Amino acid sequence: MLEKALHGSRRYWTLIGILSALALVGVLAYLKQLSAGLVITGLSRDVPWGLYIAQFTFLVGVAASAVMVVLPYYLHNYKAFGRLTILGEFLAIGAVTMCMLFIFVDMGQPTRVLNVILYPTPNSLMFWDMMVLLGYLVLNILIAYVTFTSEAKEVHPPSWIKPIIILSIPWAISIHTVTAFLYSGLGARPFWLTAILAPRFLASAFASGPSLLIVFCLILRKYTTFDAGEEAIKKLSQIVTYAMAINIFFVLVELFTALYSDIPEHKHHFEYLFFGLHGHNALVPFMWTSQFLAVTALVLLLFPKIRNNFTYLFVICVGIVAAIWIEKGLGMVVTGFIPSPLGKVTEYSPTLREGLITLGIYAGGFLIITVLYKIAVSVREELEA
Amino acid sequence: MDESRRAFLKTAGCAILGAGLAAPITRAVAGAVSADAMPGELTAGRWAIAVNVRKCLEREDCRACIDACHVAHNVPLIKDPLREIKWIWKESFKDTFAAESHPYLEKGLAGKNVLVLCNHCDNPPCVRVCPTKATWKRPDGIVMMDQHRCIGCRYCIVGCPYGSRSFNWQDPRPFITTGIKPEYPTRMKGVVEKCTFCTERLIKGLPPACVEVCNKVAGPGTMTFGDIRDPNSEVARMLKDGFSIRRKPELGTEPQIFYLV
Amino acid sequence: MYDKGKIMAGLAAFLVMITLPFWYSAATGKAGVKPDPVLPKTEKKCVESRQYMRDAHMDLLNRWRDAVVREDRHIYVSQDGTRYEMSLNNTCMKCHEERAQFCDKCHTYMGENPFCWDCHLDKKGVKGVL
Repeated sequence: MLEKALHGSRRYWTLIGILSALALVGVLAYLKQLSAGLVITGLSRDVPWGLYIAQFTFLVGVAASAVMVVLPYYLHNYKAFGRLTILGEFLAIGAVTMCMLFIFVDMGQPTRVLNVILYPTPNSLMFWDMMVLLGYLVLNILIAYVTFTSEAKEVHPPSWIKPIIILSIPWAISIHTVTAFLYSGLGARPFWLTAILAPRFLASAFASGPSLLIVFCLILRKYTTFDAGEEAIKKLSQIVTYAMAINIFFVLVELFTALYSDIPEHKHHFEYLFFGLHGHNALVPFMWTSQFLAVTALVLLLFPKIRNNFTYLFVICVGIVAAIWIEKGLGMVVTGFIPSPLGKVTEYSPTLREGLITLGIYAGGFLIITVLYKIAVSVREELEA
Repeated sequence: MDESRRAFLKTAGCAILGAGLAAPITRAVAGAVSADAMPGELTAGRWAIAVNVRKCLEREDCRACIDACHVAHNVPLIKDPLREIKWIWKESFKDTFAAESHPYLEKGLAGKNVLVLCNHCDNPPCVRVCPTKATWKRPDGIVMMDQHRCIGCRYCIVGCPYGSRSFNWQDPRPFITTGIKPEYPTRMKGVVEKCTFCTERLIKGLPPACVEVCNKVAGPGTMTFGDIRDPNSEVARMLKDGFSIRRKPELGTEPQIFYLV
Repeated sequence: MYDKGKIMAGLAAFLVMITLPFWYSAATGKAGVKPDPVLPKTEKKCVESRQYMRDAHMDLLNRWRDAVVREDRHIYVSQDGTRYEMSLNNTCMKCHEERAQFCDKCHTYMGENPFCWDCHLDKKGVKGVL
């Protein structure tokens, strides 16, 4: 079936070309990081994790959100999602690959990364993160391969794949919970030391992932013959609405505890994010933009007339992805370090090379998604012919 | 593709994968590792340091311990505060002991600096989070580093509530301006480093470099190193006789650096 | 077989090229340069036998590393009963003083680039060529 990715329109090949070029730029920038060290990034002794780990955190959510399509279709026989599941699984494959690439480029000694498997350390959440991400990737590749080849040959998939698909549902929840646990068990970082971090991660994942899926569905609808179905997209947008409502509620709940208790070590991080701390306010404009986008998106989504208009829905979903990307991809990780355990504020901004490596990985991930989606589109075209 | 050719390629692929997964041949070591201690080696149930803050503050500009440690261990001097590497340094009292500070603190401590270093906690969060056991707690209490195994993920830095650990953002050798000591290795870029209570000196019967030089410069009692589980040790007696505090005790890390105030 | 002539010709060319070191050295008599590590002047006995060191010095060093760093064990009893301190710096480098004269000779010849020297230093304390 892979040969279907080798025949495409000019538009398809242009996209492949651009993404490949960006990925190559990322590779070249990474070679510089390999030789000079992580000094080429904007990271510091006080802020040891930044753009790379933040992207990983955001993308784990996108990867986990495939469960929002798999669960209704396979567990509850919601037939309208029939054509959507493969798109969700392919998105998950691309997202998990990007996650692993972002972790890889963040390592100081990447050639030693197998030490995590050679010397398993069950008390470390990073060990579990590697295991569940690898497992999720294998699961999704297997499920996508088996179900999609069966569909292409117009036969029922073998019965042994059903329990594996059911397994992928709690597994999807686990990948993002484990990632949240990476942060929420550390006494050193009071900003993350909150039980609501894992639920917040999941809520924002289930808002941003399906939003991205809707965006992809609408793009496919416009430029190819692949139509996921009006009912499927509408149902997805309802899921996004609920998830976004819960997500904003969780943010408000966190703000209440931090600000009402007035306890400095809880309060200071939120102050830094929304008002600035000791004159440092690099993230303030981003956070307010993110909240504005999130609240506006939610309010608009509440009206079926707006939500069911796919032109408006496209813009709203882009806004939601942007809002949550800022919240998780920019705001969440770095703020854990500001202020530092010794009370100092060291701000962080990524360097150009760091941005190029990040862009390169995104391009690589989208390249995988483009190729896989192309296969899905071509197979569906053949089936409908 | 022809079916038999496809089958051949699949089998060949699996065969190569199988051969690759076969365990690499490692030869057994000809001799044996002895369980004997080195002659004169210092041992303890639990190593700890007691810092007498008042005595240390009698010499406010003293940097003897810092210089001795950093020189002995080839710690690079990186001026950029974003990337600096330090194993032991001075931090303000207010930032080190936020819970014990207030706007009306006694003038003997307000605005003054105290010595900080790795606390070699009894319940170390950095050890808990390390995914490769590149850092672990020895039976004698020292939180040790194995830079051969470290993958540079910096999770230990994230987990340490005291900021005791430093990462090598670049090759440190160009920054070792005090003259490289060949008897101690430097570190490579991409690994984490911190104080290790001078394990390389303990096996020779010597106390940590910081303690030794402090005793020389300021006399005994400013920095005291010893076995806290030995009730007759100097450090144990000191802690019995004076009021001491530790950094961030509410986190349950059980630090083993005690500050006599 | 399709294109039998071309395939056979290509295979023959490949076999000639892959065995080039053997028949070229035999034909011209130039066997190539052998590595010449400089052996210590005074000490003639190493921790283990020469053959064992040739085969397995890396296994020995890895065991020493784990014993010293991770197990806090410092004394090694060699096969003939002699006791040594397990230390690259204090034991190995005590006799093999300069890595450029000893270690690097064979490593460079074999195209080997061990990362020991990123951290460890010989008596000169110099980073070295590799």
